[in-house]
Amino acid sequence: MRLLISLVAGALFGGGLFVSGMTDTRKVQGWLDVFGDWDPTLAFVMGGAILPMLLAWRLTEGRKPLAGGSFPALPRPEMDHRLITGSVLFGMGWGLAGLCPGPAIASLSYGGVGGLIFLVAMLAGMAVAPRVGTQLDRLAATA
Amino acid sequence: METDWIWGLVGGLLIGTGGAVYLLGNGRIMGASGILGGLIDGTGRGNWVERAVFLFGVVVAPLVLWPLYSVEIDTHVTSDIWVIVAAGLLVGVGTRIANGCTSGHGVCGISRFSLRGIVATVFYILAGGLTLAIFRHVLGVI
Repeated sequence: MRLLISLVAGALFGGGLFVSGMTDTRKVQGWLDVFGDWDPTLAFVMGGAILPMLLAWRLTEGRKPLAGGSFPALPRPEMDHRLITGSVLFGMGWGLAGLCPGPAIASLSYGGVGGLIFLVAMLAGMAVAPRVGTQLDRLAATA
Repeated sequence: METDWIWGLVGGLLIGTGGAVYLLGNGRIMGASGILGGLIDGTGRGNWVERAVFLFGVVVAPLVLWPLYSVEIDTHVTSDIWVIVAAGLLVGVGTRIANGCTSGHGVCGISRFSLRGIVATVFYILAGGLTLAIFRHVLGVI
């Protein structure tokens, strides 16, 4: 049951990324490029994706997940240096190449060598992230 | 193309439906960096099959849809290998430290009015726009 749900969700996610054009780095960078030839597509993708999720969060109230367990609790609204620093680093990489994790995975079959190199570098980044995070904590404590 | 926004909206609805299925079915937040990252750093060892199956679906769906497209499919990723490597490292490190990316913080976070999700999204969009502006319009390297 859990595996079937994972497969369906993954397929919808990958299919949506493909259909929306979000695996095309030109469209993503085109949206971020407010000083160039601006492409509004990403805003429609975000808006379109948020709509079913708004409904889904409403449906979680007073219910349990179909496959058992419980719904994730809303994180405490506190901001920490990890959230900000991490998001800034992520945004820099996103702007440079026009790829974020979802599209990098979805385009595995047609992203060519460049896409593959990006994916390997991203996995390496994920592997060292816990250590980088600890270093950042140390820096934040002394600052 | 003029129809791009319609496909963007359709694709977005599919993405959001995927997130809704994952949430209401498995009780989990559909975040690409979290699902993949948990397999890399070992934090997701307890439910690795679930994660792997999700990622399999993400990779396979475009392969199924591909033949329906008459136009050429191209990600137009830069040919500058150092830009690709730097960007990949930044995205990998950043999304794990921030505990989320465009899908987790963006789609799933904003839709539940999570302050952390909204703040993360504002910061990665600003950083992305600024980085692109500097490297494309000031330095002219991407």
